[in-house]
Amino acid sequence: MTDIYQDSIEQSVEKQYTISILTEDKPGLLNAVTIVFTRRKLNIDMINVSASEVEGVSRYTIVLTTSKEQVEKVVKQIRKHVDVLGAFVYNEDDIHYQEIALYKVPTKIFVGGVEVEQIIRDNNARILVIEKDYIVIEKTGHKEETSRLFEILKKFGVLEFVRSGRISVSKSKRRTETFLEELEKSTTHSLSNNNGTVN
Amino acid sequence: MEKMDTIQKPPSDIGEKKVRISGSEALILSLLEEGVDTIFGYPGGAIMPIYDALYHYQDKVNHLLTRHEQGAVHAAQGYARVTGKVGVCFATSGPGATNLITGIADAQIDSTPLVCITGQVVAHLLGTDAFQESDVLGISMPVTKWNFQVTKPEEIPEAIAKAFYIAKTGRPGPVLIDITKNSQTDKLDFEYKPCKKIRSYHPYPALKKQDIEDAATLINNAKKPYILAGHGILISGAEKEVLTLSEKANIPVASTLLGLSSFPPDHENYAGMLGMHGNYAPNLLTNECDVLIAIGMRFDDRVTGDVSRYASKAKVIHIEIDPSEIDKIIKAEVGVNGDAKQALQMLLPLVKENTHTDWIAEFRRLDKIEFEKVIKKDTFPDGNEIKMGEVVRILSEISDGNAIVVTDVGQHQMIASRYYKYKKPNHIVTSGGLGTMGFALPAAMGAQVGKMNEKTVAIAGDGGIQMTIQELGTIFQYNIPLKIIVLNNNFLGMVRQWQQLFFEKRYSFTEMVNPDFVKIADGYGIPAKRVSERADLQNALQEMYDSEGPYFLEVKVEMEENVFPMVPSGDSVSNIRLE
Ligand SMILES: Cc1ncc(C[n+]2csc(CCOP(=O)(O)OP(=O)(O)O)c2C)c(N)n1
Repeated sequence: MTDIYQDSIEQSVEKQYTISILTEDKPGLLNAVTIVFTRRKLNIDMINVSASEVEGVSRYTIVLTTSKEQVEKVVKQIRKHVDVLGAFVYNEDDIHYQEIALYKVPTKIFVGGVEVEQIIRDNNARILVIEKDYIVIEKTGHKEETSRLFEILKKFGVLEFVRSGRISVSKSKRRTETFLEELEKSTTHSLSNNNGTVN
Repeated sequence: MEKMDTIQKPPSDIGEKKVRISGSEALILSLLEEGVDTIFGYPGGAIMPIYDALYHYQDKVNHLLTRHEQGAVHAAQGYARVTGKVGVCFATSGPGATNLITGIADAQIDSTPLVCITGQVVAHLLGTDAFQESDVLGISMPVTKWNFQVTKPEEIPEAIAKAFYIAKTGRPGPVLIDITKNSQTDKLDFEYKPCKKIRSYHPYPALKKQDIEDAATLINNAKKPYILAGHGILISGAEKEVLTLSEKANIPVASTLLGLSSFPPDHENYAGMLGMHGNYAPNLLTNECDVLIAIGMRFDDRVTGDVSRYASKAKVIHIEIDPSEIDKIIKAEVGVNGDAKQALQMLLPLVKENTHTDWIAEFRRLDKIEFEKVIKKDTFPDGNEIKMGEVVRILSEISDGNAIVVTDVGQHQMIASRYYKYKKPNHIVTSGGLGTMGFALPAAMGAQVGKMNEKTVAIAGDGGIQMTIQELGTIFQYNIPLKIIVLNNNFLGMVRQWQQLFFEKRYSFTEMVNPDFVKIADGYGIPAKRVSERADLQNALQEMYDSEGPYFLEVKVEMEENVFPMVPSGDSVSNIRLE
């Protein structure tokens, strides 16, 4: 064991990481990805699966609170799956990210006052629909922001609240298409083609 | 390899290359295209159309009916491990498929290429709790390298092509293809294209020149370099390269359990086996070496003991094809991610000739201690009772280390691994990572079928043999010339040993009242003998080894023998005990 890893304290501190995974769009893959976490008894904070900008390719965004060491092992295990194209782990400051929250509140709280309206304005939220009995407010932002609005609205009575998983884009300049093209071109599919080295 | 012209029934073709046939026939033809010559399996409702197609191809492929699906999958494992080819097994849906799971998990952890075909209920009944429906895809997902459910016959050729490509490339592993009954009976336009690449799957990572150079620098400057030889050497066929590396730079080589037979056991640089019951010197000196060169191995906890006190003075070079293994257990100073043979071929020219005479002498000094304290007593005992070690020593002598030896799990496994002098690569088949009791008999059967011209010997305990003893029926039916040794101590020996050492001799449910094994073998028409006196042992083993067909030899061994050396579970390799 070597001294380069003596910074093991940094390795074991728990932090929030965002894992971004590109996979072939196939049934069963969500299960295949999540069992990597289940097996280690890791609790996923947030998960989002959607189409990516490339047809037939799905993007998973998983938020996880754990140690650097653990998240690196998890990502390697995910990459190992045959239908996974790539998996990357990001710190908060490596990405741009958002979550969306919906708040269903009784319509009557808007009656006879400007307070709720002011709250919506101050929080950069917006009204999505107005029905006779309820109003749906929408807010995008980070978890702290959407939670803050929830706390404020709570005292007026929230009928339903939901927050999406995180979606994120990395700060890297690389295009997903380019990444996939490189995968296609790579010579790592057979031993005989792979005659050598990189660097 | 059989080609398309093997189709016997005139197909109603629709084109030059494509022929319209049932999914079942397409499956068999696909297997033939992949060069499959042997299948182990067990039929049932949901796979009957496939068995019906197989009926017409019996002259092209050898199918063996086992007595249990676990037997089929272990047989396929044994076959794969000795031939290097992909092992194939068939099972029906529901209980047939679930009976495969232990073997699939075993193949996954021991990197064994398998393609398991399971029948499944018709597609429109999926998810309805139909008769013998179980979620085989879900159940097998954590223990397969890849799995896929075929719900339309057109999917069969591509699924099989991918299955073989995935099973055998990179770090090999088991693949399961679940085929719904409608896909077996419905027709498709059959055309077969082998799989050459999958864009999301990169089994042979490109080696980085810098890593190789860094590794060479570490090796060239090492005072006490030390090679750990793993299963990956056998899989990539790098035995010669490891030997050259060891000889060129004069580096001692220790082997993992699954790496046995990758390095000549009588070589002066050979240090012995690693692990909980491995040899004394290779365990103890792990904490003395300054550069550890781990090749195609994964630092199992049975090898490392307490990782915080493992290789404490060493910089680690880890040559490994599976990137998720690098830094998983032991941090590597230099991780070389790629095929072992290729990596070593690049590394060798950069490694300088060297001598490490004093360092190798340290191994020899400790070997003497182990010989005096353990090996002599095990292999040339003077007590009244037969010891497992002497049985294995004599077998090793009789066969001159050339037999394929397949072990079960327990004390006898460790003894066989310690005292059999495996001279040829891929001549040990054992369940390492999963430690599956019941493995030996069916795996040995599969190994023997894969190498009909080589003597194959199964060694099992009285516990493990009874987990799959029904496979004697398969051996009988097909007259498989396997030699079977049961080392009978009337105990679940390995567990009893732990109870003695760590649970103050409370023998909680480890004593076995056993049947008359000779009578059982006799019932299956297999020549059998029981030996309980040392005077008869040599001749009995010779008679067994020389027999033409199958043979069953029960040896009554000392009941409360313990396997030493031993690294107590969770302890440091430095605390290896000799008694
Ligand atoms: C399927 C399974 N069940 C339980 C165990 C735990 N186990 C490991 S060794 C052992 C005892 C094996 O006894 P036996 O087959 O008689 O061999 P011996 O150790 O006596 O040589 C047991 C029960 C196991 N490895 N596999």
